[in-house]
Amino acid sequence: MFKNLAFRDSNLAKKVSNRIRKLASDLDVKFCHVCGTHEWTITHYGLRSLLPDTVDVIAGPGCPVCVLPAVEIDEAIHLALNDVTIVTFGDLLRVPGSKSSLQEAKATGGDVRVVYSVRDAIKMTEKEKDSDFVFLAIGFETTAPSTAIEILNKPPENFSFLVSHRLIPPAMELLLGIGELHIDGFIAPGHVSTIIGLEPYEIFPKAYNMPTVVAGFEPLDVLFAIFMLLKQRYKNKAKLENEYERLVSWEGNKKAQQLMNQVFHVVNGRWRGIGNISSSALELKEKFACYDARKKYDIKIEDSIDLLPGCLCHLVMIGKIKPPECTLYMNACTPQAPKGACMVSTEGTCRIWAKHKIS
Amino acid sequence: MCLAIPAKVLEVQEDVAKVDFGHGVIQDVNVMLVEARIGEYVIVHAGYAIRVIDKEAAKETLQLWEELLEQE
Repeated sequence: MFKNLAFRDSNLAKKVSNRIRKLASDLDVKFCHVCGTHEWTITHYGLRSLLPDTVDVIAGPGCPVCVLPAVEIDEAIHLALNDVTIVTFGDLLRVPGSKSSLQEAKATGGDVRVVYSVRDAIKMTEKEKDSDFVFLAIGFETTAPSTAIEILNKPPENFSFLVSHRLIPPAMELLLGIGELHIDGFIAPGHVSTIIGLEPYEIFPKAYNMPTVVAGFEPLDVLFAIFMLLKQRYKNKAKLENEYERLVSWEGNKKAQQLMNQVFHVVNGRWRGIGNISSSALELKEKFACYDARKKYDIKIEDSIDLLPGCLCHLVMIGKIKPPECTLYMNACTPQAPKGACMVSTEGTCRIWAKHKIS
Repeated sequence: MCLAIPAKVLEVQEDVAKVDFGHGVIQDVNVMLVEARIGEYVIVHAGYAIRVIDKEAAKETLQLWEELLEQE
């Protein structure tokens, strides 16, 4: 749609990367993004190769499929093997639970189905009134409003939700507590910000002196975000800036926020391999308990295993290591036979690097 | 999962709009979160429009980039 506009202009890319080089000659910085789509843009367009050695860009926990802990896959598998139809997004099917994946549950007779949106799942339910359906609702703030909309629309009685949404700003705050990461600035995720706006990021420059730029997903968006972060570092003045004005406003999508507040409480949430992050997950409010599959069915998962032996997904997810530093990467763990969640999802860092043949 | 794609609004009926993603891909999406008018572009995530794209702001982005390059 923006064919006439210069969002992928290679001359502009050269100009900004020259300016980045010039500014970075006096600095040595590490910037962190928290979005699988940003990682895809950076890797697909080879943006790291345009950056000098003094500017590193790492990927934080921005893949919603990857961060989902095994216990929440185990819950869905338990239901699928007990006469409940599980419906979810395609990326989740091969993600390992503690003992198996939803795809393996399907192979052993569980009814597991893939949809493009929660609406499609409800339509399916309306046609099969004699079966119980549970939607495994994953995703960050970008996706949670769609769950809220459908809950307020009062889905059929045979439909409920395993709500597994997670929130991004608390995960960013957690990263700042991991001293050895030494992050010098955040590239904040554009589409999460379309919903939440800029305000939730104010804490980063104010309380942590951390430069933060909300960025879009064209290669030039990311390069300019890096340039803006570098300028802040150069001037030694941390602030919150918006590079993605065409889709992100200060207040975000108020309607979406209001619907989410109506439906969800914010609770502590577990992230795969990372552990508990306070105030980082959503739970249905009591008045919507009839749609909460965890309350509707008696699901008890005693122990769960987030990482198979040797899998370093937890370190990849916080940007502490890059995929080739894991000995399983492209040896025992490949896109065809993934061992860890980061190799399964199209937004997982390992999968993105493997698909682009980075070794 | 957080991938969101622009699409042109062709028809609106209450909370559902028929949108054109280009290359002949036309789908119904939920537009409850936005005020979508025919002919505008919305950004769609997993079947739900999350924002109307501000074309003026898109032009301003390019100006912002030019200005950033000009500044010392």
